[in-house]
Amino acid sequence: MIDLRNVEKTYYSNAGDIHALKKTNLHINAGEIFGIIGLSGAGKSTLIRCINMLEVPTGGQVFVDGQELTAMNNQELRKARQNIGMIFQHFNLLASRTVYDNIAFPLEIQGISQSEIKKRVQPLLELVQLQDRGDYYPSQLSGGQKQRVGIARALASDPKVLLCDEATSALDPQTTKSILDLLKDINKRLNLTIVMITHQMEVVKEVCDRVAVIENGEIIEEGSMIDVFTDPQKPTTKDFVKSINNIELPALLQSSSISAVYTEGSKLIVRLSFIGNSAGDPIVSGMVKKFDVDINIIYGNIDSLKDIPFGTLVIEISGSAAGIKNALQYLHEQQLKVEVIGYVS
Amino acid sequence: MSPEMLALLLKSFWETCYMVLASTILATLIGVPLGVILTVTRKNHILPNAPVNSVLGAIVNATRSTPFIILMVAIIPLTRLLVGSSIGTTASIVPLTISAAPFIARIIESSLLEIDHGVIEAAQAMGASPMQIIRKVLLPEALHSIVLGITLAVIALIGYSAMAGTLGGGGLGDLAIRYGYQRFQMDVMLITVVVLIVMVQSIQSLGDYFSKKLNKNKL
Repeated sequence: MIDLRNVEKTYYSNAGDIHALKKTNLHINAGEIFGIIGLSGAGKSTLIRCINMLEVPTGGQVFVDGQELTAMNNQELRKARQNIGMIFQHFNLLASRTVYDNIAFPLEIQGISQSEIKKRVQPLLELVQLQDRGDYYPSQLSGGQKQRVGIARALASDPKVLLCDEATSALDPQTTKSILDLLKDINKRLNLTIVMITHQMEVVKEVCDRVAVIENGEIIEEGSMIDVFTDPQKPTTKDFVKSINNIELPALLQSSSISAVYTEGSKLIVRLSFIGNSAGDPIVSGMVKKFDVDINIIYGNIDSLKDIPFGTLVIEISGSAAGIKNALQYLHEQQLKVEVIGYVS
Repeated sequence: MSPEMLALLLKSFWETCYMVLASTILATLIGVPLGVILTVTRKNHILPNAPVNSVLGAIVNATRSTPFIILMVAIIPLTRLLVGSSIGTTASIVPLTISAAPFIARIIESSLLEIDHGVIEAAQAMGASPMQIIRKVLLPEALHSIVLGITLAVIALIGYSAMAGTLGGGGLGDLAIRYGYQRFQMDVMLITVVVLIVMVQSIQSLGDYFSKKLNKNKL
């Protein structure tokens, strides 16, 4: 649905050129929710604006729905943008227009008749659950309601793609959740391709199918949300994951001497991560029975990644040398990720 | 106060109203498009155009820095060309318009610049053309602030019209000078001043009222 080929954006200035976006290649499939996560200044804002050419790339090609936006003149581009909805962190509603007129705005721009507009705005108001707020002005609405208006407005022209520019960053956690649920719902219902940039890992975890991590104008990591989340490669990605899934060991354990080799009488500490179905299997108790080892749970957490359960467990295994070795072997054979942290005495 | 004096006062009042109203309308007709062009041709706005922006900006600044009394005399040939005479109430509309138009242009410009860039960006993302953005986003969103600005211009024009009056334009200023000052009729002077104060107060209140009505930012 969206294809960026060698897209670059450089701001030229006397003080030195700023490479906001270095040669970037990105492919986003139809119907998926794609997250782009990065810290402020990483270039994510520039990247999303290149998709609808609010920022004109200084190099490369942008394709949306098979059309090359970078080859279009202004008029063709305006037409193409009607297929790409966008919502914003600060909503950007017109303060002088009512909710109804805000949603009608993109349709007015396209020269659609008032009677046709009326037919299209009403169902949108219902979709975002604001059917009784049509006559209100934006200043009379809460942040969440304003974003709902923004979503309805973005959907008014039946776009194929919805770009979300930090759409939940100005909202409280509860409202964020309800906006994300709404986005998930319209993604399914309308088979809409959604691209969202954010600095919040919670947002990615909640809704995204795939994710790209951007840093210093470059995509440093890209993959399915579950892979990136459970097995982050780059330090920045690890930081993002850590920000919501605190799998740091307790300070006590970190300070005590953890050794990489087994010595007589020491205990093994491992971190187990499990996704999906295996989260329900009694693996640990099976291990205890089979190998005559004792376990002590140091840390445990279960979370969900876009509705798929994801658990983390840090355990201390004690027993005979052979017992510990066999237990570890057994864990490696299971459907889970095993990370040996070390041995403590 | 004699009935003759009262009639004269009324006549002067209407002359002032006529001068101010006509020049406000004309100056707004010139000033609004000028202000829009000054705004949209700025760097990073919707139609950036540095040459147009700096030339227009220079003209506006030149006109605004010329004292009204000098401007009025300097453009007498133009006034004569447009109205056929350089003396009289109608003739004074020309310098009043020319001095108020750039003032209004700057007011429009500053009102339009108050609009959050995000709102303009949203309209661009929807595929709005620059003309649609001007008509459907910039002007309606800034209207409440434009109304306050034009109120300011009307009040400034009342002041200027008194000056125009002394050069044969008629109106309340002329009355105050000729009767109040030159013939030492303090009562005429006083009444004229009171009438002017009431006029300014009412216009300001009216402007505030409409601006508040139009402002949907704080409901």
